[in-house]
Amino acid sequence: MEIKVEHITRVEGHGNIVASLQGGRVEQAFFQVVEAIRFFEGFLRGKSWREVSHLASRICGICAISHSTASLQATEQALGLALSPQAQLLRRLIMNAEILSSHALHVYFLAAPDFLGLKSVMPLIETGPEVVARAFRLKKTGYELAEVVVGRHTHPVAAVPGGFTMAPEESALRAVRDKLTALRPDLEATVELWKTLEVPEFSRPTEYVCLRRPEYYAFEGGEIVSSEGDSVPVARYGEAIEEHVVSHSTAKHARWHRESYLVGALARVNNNWRQLHPAARRAMEAIGLQPPCHNTFMNTAAQVVEIVHCVEDSIALIDEILSLPLQEEWEPEVTARAGEGVGAAEAPRGLLIHDYTYDEQGRCVRANCVIPTNQNLANLDADMRALLPQLSARTQEEVQLRLEMLVRSYDPCISCSVH
Amino acid sequence: MAEKPRIAFFDFACCEGCQLTVLGLGEPLLKLLERVEVVTWREAMSERSDDFDIAFVEGSITRDSDIPRLRRIREQAKVLVALGTCATLGGPHVSANNCDRGELLRLVYGGEGAQFEAGEVRPLSAVVQVDAFIHGCPINGDEFLTVANHLLLGKAYHPPSRPVCHECKLNQYECVLDRGQICLGPVTRGGCDAICTSRGSQCFGCRGLVDDPNLNAAREVLAEHGYTVSDIIGMFDIYSLRSPAAAEARETARQDRGAIEKGAEPWRSR
Repeated sequence: MEIKVEHITRVEGHGNIVASLQGGRVEQAFFQVVEAIRFFEGFLRGKSWREVSHLASRICGICAISHSTASLQATEQALGLALSPQAQLLRRLIMNAEILSSHALHVYFLAAPDFLGLKSVMPLIETGPEVVARAFRLKKTGYELAEVVVGRHTHPVAAVPGGFTMAPEESALRAVRDKLTALRPDLEATVELWKTLEVPEFSRPTEYVCLRRPEYYAFEGGEIVSSEGDSVPVARYGEAIEEHVVSHSTAKHARWHRESYLVGALARVNNNWRQLHPAARRAMEAIGLQPPCHNTFMNTAAQVVEIVHCVEDSIALIDEILSLPLQEEWEPEVTARAGEGVGAAEAPRGLLIHDYTYDEQGRCVRANCVIPTNQNLANLDADMRALLPQLSARTQEEVQLRLEMLVRSYDPCISCSVH
Repeated sequence: MAEKPRIAFFDFACCEGCQLTVLGLGEPLLKLLERVEVVTWREAMSERSDDFDIAFVEGSITRDSDIPRLRRIREQAKVLVALGTCATLGGPHVSANNCDRGELLRLVYGGEGAQFEAGEVRPLSAVVQVDAFIHGCPINGDEFLTVANHLLLGKAYHPPSRPVCHECKLNQYECVLDRGQICLGPVTRGGCDAICTSRGSQCFGCRGLVDDPNLNAAREVLAEHGYTVSDIIGMFDIYSLRSPAAAEARETARQDRGAIEKGAEPWRSR
């Protein structure tokens, strides 16, 4: 059986599935990334410290806030800038906004149609308008939260090295808090919907990698931890993550302790589930996600859990910001200097690292970006090789759909991975 | 009832943030979907058809091997719309054109870089005729709806030729030059409703230069705030606004005006 899916649909970017199964034996199985290279690491060189995060955000339209956040952290470290307590809370708030909207997009628009026997969410506009309306509400509230704090979701405007150009309006924060609170029935309905879906059975233990902070469920900063019981500070990511070039992909692959590892919602929930908001832990139990979960198809379930977490955590963060009380923000005064810095965020799809060197004029002379989808690609290929033999009794069409579902469960962000 | 116009979305080298902006519209998008049929949108649906009237194309062309796909889209589409700055002007990655490709490939992939194809970054109009331009990195969702409405009524859409500064003043936002930031608002094409300056950030020029920018006035404004032309020239390089590709795209956009008027309500001829 030969499978070739050109430009798989309902994912970000361009990739192909190539697989061959002969008499129950896998001849080949891999995900071929054919995305065009934009060379961000090349043209960021020569750009000034103030322009770098503006451009870095443009690596990805879905996870622009994550790129902006990791980029700002790297620049702030290089230039010796510290964030105010309010700015730290606002950064966490916009990460929540992005995870919420990106996961809502993936759960409802990209992943769910497979489980419902549909080719897209479009037919649901007529047959299940309340589901589509709910999907848009979840996604849009994430967008609105980002708008209140940084002007827009893609690409954020107000986050700059050292802080923010402007603080959100108190009334706008209160209004979006109300909208977040109003999402609670939608969160329940999302968990209920997931419970009705039949998740393919599959188990392949692998290494799970994500950020961790002692004080809260981390979407930025902290240290890099592995389920193998190891950890490294973000600045020393190079000692852990080994990127390598493979000929079938313009996106590089990565490894740490094992042949491959997984990043993203499932890795975070597996490693850090104890730090989830209680409501998210309840959702996790309701869904039947038991960490450590070795079924990659459950990555989408882990996203449902994180949707609940992000909504509840955002409400708590807004309360904390308003109780400080809210201060005005102003573009910070910055003196350019030479330096190096490494920043890290948990993009919706997993661990993201930006690593820069600046010269005395504050011009970038070296940039390296390690993208979540790159780190997942070797793991995806290994999953495909493990899954295929279990499907040998199925029809070509069924095998193809199952492989597409596997790829989508990673929620790959392909143009981002090639950057 | 007349058949609904069939629309399709495509992408080349980009971040897909402009399509995401469309998908993020929510309610207004659902309203639009009552009037059109989306037949191809790889990012959002698995249904696929090569029979479409209006193609929204995001991204720039960086590889010759992508050209046949763009030409096929052009041949099929009665109206081709360039969606976002990558498609209209080349995008932020145009500045990769200032570097040697071989060196860039070595930088990113080491000795194994030579196997990958990478060429000059070009806006769509360098390869095919473009009927409407929606600038912006990313696009403004309201402008997308305005363009869609124009096309559905068979009207040509001309991107605004007022500068961002004009929209900023109308909104009564605090001038970011007064906040101590250098800003490209006086010479950048509007249509974004001054989103960046609304949040106290400077304009980086993502929508390209306005037609006939009033450079003398811009020079005066800058001088008032203690800046020189060379300060602003440095900012032009962020979106490579002085590059030959950007200049050519600007000129093509100007010449192509009116292309749609020639074929009003083009899908009626189906």
